[in-house]
Amino acid sequence: MDKEGKVVINREWCKGCGICVAFCPEEALILDPEEKAYWAHPEKCKRCGLCELRCPDIAIELVQK
Amino acid sequence: MPVKDYLRLRFLPHIWCPGCGHGIVMSGMIRAIEEIGLEKNEVVVVSGIGCSSRMAGYLDFHTMHTLHGRALAFATGVKLGRPDLTVIVPMGDGDALAIGGNHFIHAARRDIDLTAVIMNNRIYGMTGGQGSPMTPQGMRSTTAPRGIADAAFDLVELAKGAGASFVARTTTFHATELTRMIEKAIRHKGFSVVEVMSQCPTYYGRQNRLGNGVEMMKGFRDNTTSIGSKKREARPDLIERGIFVDEDRPVYSPEGLKAD
Amino acid sequence: MTSERPNMRFIQGNEAIAEGALYAGLQFYAGYPITPSTEIAEILSRRLPEMGGTFIQMEDEIASLCTIIGASLTGLKVMTATSGPGFSLMQEAIGYAVMAEVPSVIVNVQRGGPSTGLPTAVAQGDVNQARWGTHGDHAIVTLTASNLQDVFLMTVAGFNMAEAFRTPVILLFDEVVAHMREKVVVPGPGEIEIFERLRTSVPEGTNYHPYLRREDGRLPMSDFGGVHRYNVTGLVHDMWGFPSTDSTIAYDLLHHLVDKLENRADSIARYKEYFTDDARVLLISYGSSARSALQMVVDRRKKGGKLGLLELQSLWPFPAETVREKCEGRTHILVVEMNMGQICHEVKKVVSRPERVFLANRFDGIFISPGDILRVLNMVQGKGV
Repeated sequence: MDKEGKVVINREWCKGCGICVAFCPEEALILDPEEKAYWAHPEKCKRCGLCELRCPDIAIELVQK
Repeated sequence: MPVKDYLRLRFLPHIWCPGCGHGIVMSGMIRAIEEIGLEKNEVVVVSGIGCSSRMAGYLDFHTMHTLHGRALAFATGVKLGRPDLTVIVPMGDGDALAIGGNHFIHAARRDIDLTAVIMNNRIYGMTGGQGSPMTPQGMRSTTAPRGIADAAFDLVELAKGAGASFVARTTTFHATELTRMIEKAIRHKGFSVVEVMSQCPTYYGRQNRLGNGVEMMKGFRDNTTSIGSKKREARPDLIERGIFVDEDRPVYSPEGLKAD
Repeated sequence: MTSERPNMRFIQGNEAIAEGALYAGLQFYAGYPITPSTEIAEILSRRLPEMGGTFIQMEDEIASLCTIIGASLTGLKVMTATSGPGFSLMQEAIGYAVMAEVPSVIVNVQRGGPSTGLPTAVAQGDVNQARWGTHGDHAIVTLTASNLQDVFLMTVAGFNMAEAFRTPVILLFDEVVAHMREKVVVPGPGEIEIFERLRTSVPEGTNYHPYLRREDGRLPMSDFGGVHRYNVTGLVHDMWGFPSTDSTIAYDLLHHLVDKLENRADSIARYKEYFTDDARVLLISYGSSARSALQMVVDRRKKGGKLGLLELQSLWPFPAETVREKCEGRTHILVVEMNMGQICHEVKKVVSRPERVFLANRFDGIFISPGDILRVLNMVQGKGV
């Protein structure tokens, strides 16, 4: 998978359920101190997009480039 | 188009609880519609009452939020009025199978070209955690504090027995599979049922000590398997996922069989 | 059965309802069999597809009404028909059609109740259910008729009002009218004005508000599948059709739903008068019981009695002004109906001398006769029975 693209998180919509963090195969996401999803480790991220698919809050988007 | 371009943004963030699975189903449904390439004006979403039924309000299609259990009846009128439109009916397990059970089996019997996406979280969430026809025997709800005595439906068997020509089951954990199944269900010309095992951490999870949304989705991962998988030889309790029925039949019309 | 004049027919009441609906432009019917309205479904299952419309038999009366509401939103003229218990099952969806303002026509051929009651016998016991059967404050249009020509005309009027006011309309007929046979002259095309649906002129790309009233109070519609996407709900909603719990919006919406009909009660009112000019005794009746009332008036006139009849063809909104005015100065007012006084109660509420209002009724499944009415009149006039 290419390393192009960014994981963009809509903090207004994120309810901090932690689903994206728990199921990220590369542990690239964390919950920040405000309990919002945060793309903490872009270097580990394979841009697989599973976080976007499984986000119940439609708060994560894998934006190409 | 990104998923959020199919939403009525002024109503977001949605009302569903943190960790609730219904948002994953909504996102999967949008991806399926995008994949098929349907225009927004070609889609009608008809819902009933319950947590899952709030989906209609968020979606930027022609939408109808109707009465508890009656969504399939309203949808039947929309579909027969405009057979060229794609009509999708998001429902909850109580909505579809308790109060709406009669409409469900008759929509299946007619095999009318509607797509029923049933979010099965095994509980009534909107009213605060009462048992539904999908609450497994022995599990707790606010109306069954010692565990529910009634047996649950097997939704796949019910839909098959009632005559649906497309029947599938998946979970919110299996998000790619979810999108693919809804896509196939929409493309299918006939009554399509997709049971999506969805999590209600707030009521079902808490009362039955199943953990939060993450833990409940791990449960979907660990306690389900694809149809025909060898894993069931060792663990027959695993719930099967996949497409159980996919039959091509003549498209339903109330005109019935016409003499040539 | 066609006679020499092609537009004159000798038909059953239920067929007159079906023919009236087709004349008014019925395109979609969903229903469930129930005595004594079943013939409407049987006739339309044959006639409607012939005319390019859709007929479907549903799993129950609940589904029947929900289905026609869905079809109406795609732009079609719709109807369902039922009786007694089926009408009870429809009450929830009547409220939905009221709240979402969906044009729809619901026929209730009344039979004896409550519950399964007297399935094959005549009654007029659903008058108040038509008005108040669904929960919550609301208004409703209810029309009726006593002969088959008027059954035809009131059915057409019901479709027109459903479109004009974006409302469910209840056609409250009864077993006698529905099962009797009489001559009906079916008007030629254009002889009666047919109201078509008022559709929005807002172009694509411009905001369309499905629940924003024009200056004349009407709400132009946009069909599902058209260029405007909006929401329809049974919840209290704003002008876009989106749910709201705002108390101002709730107040305005409920007022609108009631006012759009109650404030037009005079223009909705339909009635007929027989010998009322010099009548000292006024009979008020509707539906099949108005036939016996008229016969009794005609019989007494021959013997010099100063009797008249006001036949109501619209029951809701209750034509209060008309009734008040017509009752003025009469010595006795006799309300003739086949229930325990549902319209009599309304008459007493609106007249200046309620003590002069009496009830001549039956509710035992036997059609009320002129003799039944005369006995009550003799009694109230102190002439003995």
